[in-house]
Formats: sequence, structure tokens, C-alpha cells
Amino acid sequence: MSTTETVTAGAPAEAPPKGKPQLSEGARAERRLGFMLIAPAVIVMIAVTAYPVVYAIYLSLERYNLALPQAKKFIGFANYGAVLSSPYWWHALYVTVVITVFSVAITLVLGFLLAFVLHRTIFGRGLVRTTSLIPYGIVTVAAAYSWQYAWTPGQGYLSSIFNNSAPLTNQFQAIVVIIIAEIWKTTPFMALLLLAGLSLVPEDLQKAAKVDGATGWQRFTKITLPLMKPAILVALLFRTLDSFRIFDNIYILTLGANGTGSVSILGYDNLFNALNLGIGSTISILIFICVAIIAFLFIKGFGTAAPGTDIGKR
Amino acid sequence: MAAITPRQRTGWATANFVVIALALIPVLWLVSLSFKTPTAVLDPSFIPAQWTWGNYSGILTSSQFIRPLANSIGIGIISTVIAVVLASMAAYAVARLRFPGKGLLIGMSLLIAMFPLIALVTPLFTIERALGLFNTWPGLIIPYVTFGLPLGIYTLSAFFREIPWELEKAAKVDGASPFQAFVKVIAPLAAPGMVTTGILVFLACWNDFLLAISFTSTISARTAPAAMQYFSGGSVFTIPTGPIAAAAVVITIPIVIFVLFFQRRIVAGLTSGAVKG
Repeated sequence: MSTTETVTAGAPAEAPPKGKPQLSEGARAERRLGFMLIAPAVIVMIAVTAYPVVYAIYLSLERYNLALPQAKKFIGFANYGAVLSSPYWWHALYVTVVITVFSVAITLVLGFLLAFVLHRTIFGRGLVRTTSLIPYGIVTVAAAYSWQYAWTPGQGYLSSIFNNSAPLTNQFQAIVVIIIAEIWKTTPFMALLLLAGLSLVPEDLQKAAKVDGATGWQRFTKITLPLMKPAILVALLFRTLDSFRIFDNIYILTLGANGTGSVSILGYDNLFNALNLGIGSTISILIFICVAIIAFLFIKGFGTAAPGTDIGKR
Repeated sequence: MAAITPRQRTGWATANFVVIALALIPVLWLVSLSFKTPTAVLDPSFIPAQWTWGNYSGILTSSQFIRPLANSIGIGIISTVIAVVLASMAAYAVARLRFPGKGLLIGMSLLIAMFPLIALVTPLFTIERALGLFNTWPGLIIPYVTFGLPLGIYTLSAFFREIPWELEKAAKVDGASPFQAFVKVIAPLAAPGMVTTGILVFLACWNDFLLAISFTSTISARTAPAAMQYFSGGSVFTIPTGPIAAAAVVITIPIVIFVLFFQRRIVAGLTSGAVKG
């Protein structure tokens, strides 16, 4: 959303470019107003995110257990050593990556199918659109309870279909259930983002290709996909980062039992069950680094299509 | 449009049906559970063998649910109003004014929007305890506003760019200050965008679970999604499936209403900031 090039209609257009010592009265007033308007938002965001992150870095260098406050001590990077050499961390990371990769990949495919239905269906479009938004809007915890009860042996419709199985007590099956719950919840959002991209694909191009004898699949891979690349990458980035911090579904479905905990669950457990602020903060910082790496890789992949760079230059 | 063949018609009808069924079955399952008596819960069929309103009357007369529900509504509305006001101001500046550091603001919002919440839970928990904000409404409102802001700035600046700004110029010619032009001319035009943003921010607050269980310890500030796990059944040996399902349905109803009334706006809001070719 770099809007620096937007010409401001209401302001004196002859305002000198920044860097020049002399700013006109109007430009200076505009600057002042700009700063005043963004100040509250910036102050809140810094106070509630930037400061705590710095504080978390500091906490992560301390031995600090709420149960043993007198043992509080600066210990440098020892917490990082403890976490990075712990199988719990690597297992949680592995579970998180598995859930993220599978749920995002499947959501992308299903999101495409749903976007096509929403885009092309001949009748009942309003009804389908409205209904398909419900999983997006529903409280994740409420949906998670629905899945949990559906898979409870003897009580749930899904469990009874699958011979009264109890998948939530088995690591592999529980992760599958968690992934299903994630997919159900997030496919509508994915579909909406893709739909917005889909509506940017010119109809004429499709028709021309059809006249030239391209099959539906060819038109999809040769026209739709390339034109939708920016939309797809944005949707994937949002979904990946969102999925990487998965917490609610796992908390309700398994509480992280049987090796189904994500990194967020691990961080939560270390804070609220072990009351270990030092280790908890270390895990927080490591998760933050993981997310930064994911975002960096995506934005490198984006090139100029990164969110924010293209908007406003219309 | 080309004529629709019967085959196409059946195909799309099937597709529509599949989409609607997949979207609704888990919701209908919750509705069904919420009407089941404790014995009927043990039956996996979708139609309750014995119907009861007991789960609803139970939770709606229990302070264990009513208080958290009130917290959810109150905290959600206050957070939404603050976030939308602050985001409108910032988005107006981003969309309309020239000042240095704009890119920084956008970058920061984007970073926060993608932030792993759990990374903030530990330090914020410590800070909130030190400041006496733990287990209070402001203890949740402040982080909710923070995470509503990036969403708000993003969506609102997209909306603000669509506004006919000649009107602002006209107001200025008539002697209005930039601030007056904003309040009197632009804000009313921006109202639809602000409503949309408000809905999205409210849904995010309403949906939150991690912060709600982390920063509360009693029902004085706990929100509805966080309170459900503390429900108890009729006896120690009964799992409170019915009451939890009823509570889940109750907190889902506002969403369904929002979606029914504001479907177009929600879609516009969700996609405005994200995809522009």
C-alpha cells in the first residue's frame, strides 16, 4: 500500500518534494495533520506489540519461573539451548509444519473449487455465497466442539459412520481431524480471496482461448493461473501464517495430548502450566523467528506483487 | 449467456448442494446436540430422540454463561469502536495526505497482522499482571484494538481511495479546514467502509480464544468462547455436551445474522485490502 505517489487532490500540488529545506505552509500543515492522525494508532501498536516483543527477548534471557521467583537470574542464551535441544520443541514444530502444509495445500485446492462454484454457478448464487461464509464467521471454538463431539465414539455421527472409531485418541488420526477442522473453517476465506482474483481475469481472454480450441484445463493453467498469481500468493501467505499459529482447534480437540500439540500449544503450556516465563518467552521468540522466515520467503517469492506494493498505483 | 442445458443445470445444482451441505452439517450437528437431553446425547443420530429446551434454559440462567456472554458483547463492541475510530484516522492519512513514514506505518500494520499471537501472550501476561490489567475488560480490549488496527487500516484505506475527493476540495474552497472536511464531508461517505471494517473487527474479537483464556481467570472478564470449557454437566460424571453445544449455538447466532445481512460488505471488506491487481 505504498501511496507515496498518489497525488493529493486537496493539497497544494506544488508542494516541494521531501528533502528540500523549505516546505510550504500547506504542506507542513498536511504533514502535521498526517502525524496527528496516525499517532494514536501507531502508539497503540507499538505499546502493545513492539514493546512486549522487546520485553520477551529480555525475558527469554532469564531463568524466570513464577513458581520459583527467588531463582530469577540472567542466564544468557541458556534457555535457547534448552528449547532447541528439547525433543518437545522439534516435535511441536514438526506437528505445526505438517498441519500447516496439508491444511493450506488442501484449502487452496478446495478454495479454488469453491471460488469456481461461487463465480460460475448459474442459480442460487446468493444462497451459496451466504452459506459458505458461515464457516468463516463461526467461532473457531464452537466449530471445534462440533468436530470433537462428532468424533466422540458412541455419540458422534462421524465416529458412528467410521465404526465407532475414536480418532482423537490416536496421534495420526487426531492430526487428520485437526487438519479437517482447519480446512472446513478456512476454505471460505481462501475462496473469497481467490474469487477476487478470479474476477480480474478478463472474460474475453477465456472466450478467445475457447474459440482457439483450448480445453477447460488448458484455459485454467495457461490463462487463469498466471493471471491470478498475485492473488494466490497473497492468499497463501495469509493462510500459511494463520495456520502456523494454530491454537484453538488443537486446544479444544485434543489439548495437545498424544503428541498433537503445535508450537503455540507448547508455548501456552510452558507459560500457564509450567509457569516458566523464561522458557515460554524463548518459545515465543522462536515462533516469531519462524514466522519471519516464512514471511520473508513468501515476499521474496512475490517479487513486486507483495501485498502493499501494488495497491494505490492504479 | 448461452442456453443452459439440463445437464449443466443438474451439475451446478449438485455443486451448490455439496457446498451448502458441507458448510452447514457441522453447524446443524451443534444445533441438534443443543436440543438433545443428556440421554439422547448418547445417540449419534442427527434428529434428537428426545427434545429439550433444557440446555438453553440452563445456560441462559447461569451466570457462568450470561456473564461471559455480556463480557464478549461489551469487550467486542468497545474494542471495535476504538479500533475503527483510530484506524479511520490513520487510513485517511494514508489514503489522502502526504507525510513521511507512510511506508513504515503500512509495514508495521502488515507485520502485526501476521504476528504469531502466542509470541505476545507471555510478555503481555507479565505486563498486564504488573499493571493490574490482568482479568479486566481493558486487559482484553487493549490487545483486541491493537490487532483490529492493521485490519482496519488496510480495509479502510482501500475504501477511502474510492471516495470522490472532489467533494473534499469543494469543502475546502468553502473554507473548511482539513479536519472539518474530514468530519463533515468524508466521514459520512466513508460510513459504509467503516461499518464493514467494524463487522470484521468485531468478528475477530468475538472469535478470539487464545488471548481470552490467557488474560482472564474468572468470569468477571472471561469471554464466552473461553468460558465454555468450564461448564459442568448435571453431575460430576456427565460431560456437559448439551450445554456446551447450546452455548456454541448462541455465540454462533450473531455471526449468522451478520453474514445474512452484510454478506456483500463482508466479502468486499475481506478482499479489498488483499487483492488488487
